[in-house]
Amino acid sequence: MKHRLAPQQYLILLTVMVTASFGDALLSHGMSQMGPVDLHHPAILLSALANLNIVVGIVLLIGFFASYMTALSWADLTFVMPATAFGNVMVALIGRFWLHEHLSFSRWLGILLLTCAVGFVANGPARTERGETLELTRVDPGVGL
Amino acid sequence: MNHTHSVLLTWVSIAVVSALAIAGEVLIAGAMQKLGDLDIIREHSGMAGAIRAVLSSPIFLAGAACMALNFFAMLYTLSLVDFTLAMPGIASFTYVGNAVAAKLFLHENVDKRRWLAVVFVCLGVFLIGK
Repeated sequence: MKHRLAPQQYLILLTVMVTASFGDALLSHGMSQMGPVDLHHPAILLSALANLNIVVGIVLLIGFFASYMTALSWADLTFVMPATAFGNVMVALIGRFWLHEHLSFSRWLGILLLTCAVGFVANGPARTERGETLELTRVDPGVGL
Repeated sequence: MNHTHSVLLTWVSIAVVSALAIAGEVLIAGAMQKLGDLDIIREHSGMAGAIRAVLSSPIFLAGAACMALNFFAMLYTLSLVDFTLAMPGIASFTYVGNAVAAKLFLHENVDKRRWLAVVFVCLGVFLIGK
């Protein structure tokens, strides 16, 4: 069983980070342009698909989903999770150094904590050993290579 | 809508989005573990074979259905709640819930280092979102 990651696998994790954070940010921006959605008229959500920010956000999130699934095929969920969170750090750093936004002390502290979290997990194995009784993996997906 | 109702709706919508994300991610992780390394599947069967392998897994389809519901629930929540409250809230609930669910259902070895990482991620996301 592989525990050390290849450069290509680090690239997949980088894609997970970038697409998740930018996809969420674009969705949020698009939804703020639409205004509040009434729970009694959920069909209004479909009109969100006409907003460019939301469409680009969806494309990025599809890319996130594909890279996330690939990562989960060779790494634990608890290994991949901090990688998705590290995307928040990238957004904050882009805001600071590209958009020249002010980063408060609490945000720098948040960046430090997320970096430490990634460091903790990245130093360990990508996939941990398991027992024979996997409840979810007992089901045969009916897939043959 | 009075204040109490508004606060309740905010946290219920954040909780629903988080629960759907946890269910979706754990089901998808379980399906991917069962399938094995997608890079190897792609080498043997090509991209179409890899996509076919993923799409023919019922666990994956159940997880994808949860994620689709999560997506629309997220859109609804973002239209209702500020991004700076919704995203750290959803992220924190989801990270903790995923770690617990990964240990219970996927039998991952969530050692002290990974629990510490979960706590740091929750605090870090909260502080960045402030």
